[in-house]
Amino acid sequence: MLTLAHFLTFGAILFSIGVAGIFLNRKNIIILLMSIELLLLAVNMNFVAFSRFLDSMDGQVFVFFILTVAAAEAAIGLAILVVLFRNRQTINVEDIEELKG
Amino acid sequence: MILSELQLALPEIFVATMACVVLVADLFVTEQRRGFTHTLAVLALVFAAIITLRVMMPVGESLLAFSETFVRDRFGDVLKLFAYLVLAGVFVYAKHFLRAAGLFRGEFYSLSLFALLGVMIMVSAASMLTLYLGLELLALSSYALVALNRDSASGSEAAMKYFILGSLASGILLYGISLIYGATGSIQLGQISDALAAGMSDNLMLSFGLAFMVVGIAFKLGAVPFHMWLPDVYQGAPAAVTLLISSLPKLGYLALAIRLLADGMGNMHDDWQAMLAVLAALSLILGNVVAIAQTNIKRMLAYSTISHVGFVLLGILAASPAGYSAAMFYTIVYSMMSAGAFAVIILLSGNGVEAENLDDFKGLAKRSPWYALMMLMIMFSLAGIPVFVGFFAKWQVIAAAIQSGFVGLSVLAVVTAVIGAFYYLRVVKLMYFDEPDNAAPVTAPIDFRAVLSVNGLAMLGLGVFSGGLIGVCVRAFA
Repeated sequence: MLTLAHFLTFGAILFSIGVAGIFLNRKNIIILLMSIELLLLAVNMNFVAFSRFLDSMDGQVFVFFILTVAAAEAAIGLAILVVLFRNRQTINVEDIEELKG
Repeated sequence: MILSELQLALPEIFVATMACVVLVADLFVTEQRRGFTHTLAVLALVFAAIITLRVMMPVGESLLAFSETFVRDRFGDVLKLFAYLVLAGVFVYAKHFLRAAGLFRGEFYSLSLFALLGVMIMVSAASMLTLYLGLELLALSSYALVALNRDSASGSEAAMKYFILGSLASGILLYGISLIYGATGSIQLGQISDALAAGMSDNLMLSFGLAFMVVGIAFKLGAVPFHMWLPDVYQGAPAAVTLLISSLPKLGYLALAIRLLADGMGNMHDDWQAMLAVLAALSLILGNVVAIAQTNIKRMLAYSTISHVGFVLLGILAASPAGYSAAMFYTIVYSMMSAGAFAVIILLSGNGVEAENLDDFKGLAKRSPWYALMMLMIMFSLAGIPVFVGFFAKWQVIAAAIQSGFVGLSVLAVVTAVIGAFYYLRVVKLMYFDEPDNAAPVTAPIDFRAVLSVNGLAMLGLGVFSGGLIGVCVRAFA
C-alpha cells in the first residue's frame, strides 16, 4: 500500500535532483532549464499527494496553475537562451562569466 | 454578488486591459509617433489611480472576494497607489534613455504594465495561489525586460542569470507552500492562520515549509546569502530597466513577505523571526561593506539595495503592527530614492553609452548645479542623514525592532548604516570637489527635469513633513 510518506519522499528526491542539477551542472544551460522543470514537477507531486490524502481539491487546482506557469516560464527561458546564443555563440555555463557575481 | 466582487478587483481588471491595449495599439504606431504609446501608458496609470481612490477601503476594514482568494484592504490600496506613482516616474525617466539607446519600443510599456499587474495581484492576494500567480507575472515580465536590448551580450547574460535564479526561488517558495498546504489543509491565508491557532498540525512539516518559504522570499528580495543574482542583473540590464526592477517589484515583495509571514504564519512568528534576524544581519553587513569596493555605480547601488533589504527585514521581523508599517514606509521611501538615483545615471548617459562608472559623476556640480543638488539630496536620504526622509525610515524601523526586543540587531543596523554613509558621501564628494573630465552641460527634456526635481525635493519635503506618510502607513495596519 502506498502511503503519503512514499509520495513525499519521491517529491523530495525529485526536488533534490533539480537543485543539484542547478548547482552542480557546469556544462549546458539547457540542463539548467530541465532542472527547473524538475523542481516544479516535484512540487506538483507534493500537491497531488496532499490533495488525495487530505481529500481537498485546492491542491489539484494549484497543480493546473503551476503547469500553465511552467509552460510560460519555459517559453521565456528558451527565448532568453536564443538571444544569449546569438550574442555569444555558446550555451556553455562556464563561458557565461562576463558579469562577476 | 459576482458584480460587486468584480468591482473590488476593478483596478486590476483595468490595468490588465490597458496592458493589452498598449500592446496592440503600439502595432499601429509609427516609429516617429512612439510617444503616443508612452502617453497612453502614463494615462493608464492616472486612471488606475482614480479608480483605486474612488473606492478606497476604510481603515481597518477588509473585504474578501472570488472564493476568498482576493482581498481588498487599506494596506493593499496604499501600496497600489504608490506602485502607480513609482511606475509613472519610471516611465518618464525611461523614455529619455530608451530614445537615446534605440530601445524605444512598445514592449517596454506593456511588459511594465504586466509587471505592475503582478505587483497588484500580490498586494491583494488572500491565498497562496493568488500570491504565486502575481509573483510569476511580475517575475516573467522582469526576465523579458532585462533582455530588452537583444544585441547586448551582458544584457542577455544578466537575463539568463536572473531567469535561472528567479525560477529556482519560485520553485523553493512553491515547495514551502506545498508543505504548508499539507500541514494545514488549506491554501487560503486566513484559514492557514486559523489552523495554526487551533494547533492541529504537523510541526515538522510546518517548520520545513516555513524554512523553504523564507528562503524563497529572501531570494526574491535579494537578502544575503541569496543575493548573488542582484549585482549582476543591476549591472547587465539597460539602465532604464534597472531603474524599474530596483523600485517597483520591491513593493510587491514586501507584500509577499507580509501576506505570507504576518497574515498566514503570524502564529509561528518565533520561528521566522530567528530566520529573518540572520538574513537581516548578513544583508546589513555584506551589503554595506562590499558596496564600498565598487567602482561601477550600478553595482554599488545593487549592494546598497541589499543593505536596505536588511532594514526592511528588520521591520518585518519586529512582528508587530509598528514593525510592519515601518517596513512599508521604508519600502515606499526606498523605491522613490532608488528611482531618483537611477534617474541621475540615465541623465548622465548619452548616445547609448551608460554613465555607470563613479568617475562619470566627477564635477557634476560644475556642469549642472541643480542636478548635482538633486543627487545630493537623494544620496543624503539613502545614507539616512537627518531631515531627509531616509533618516525617518531608518528611525521607524529601528524603533519598532527595539520595541520587540531586538536591541543587538538594531545596534548593528546603526553601525552598518554609518559604514554605508561612506560610499553615498563619496558620490557627493566626486560631484562637488572633483574636476569634470567632460565639461559638456547636461541636457534633458522638460518632463524629465520636472519629475527629477520633484523626486529630489520630495526627499527633503517628505522628511520635514514625515508625519503624513508615516500616518498613512500606520493606519494601513490599524
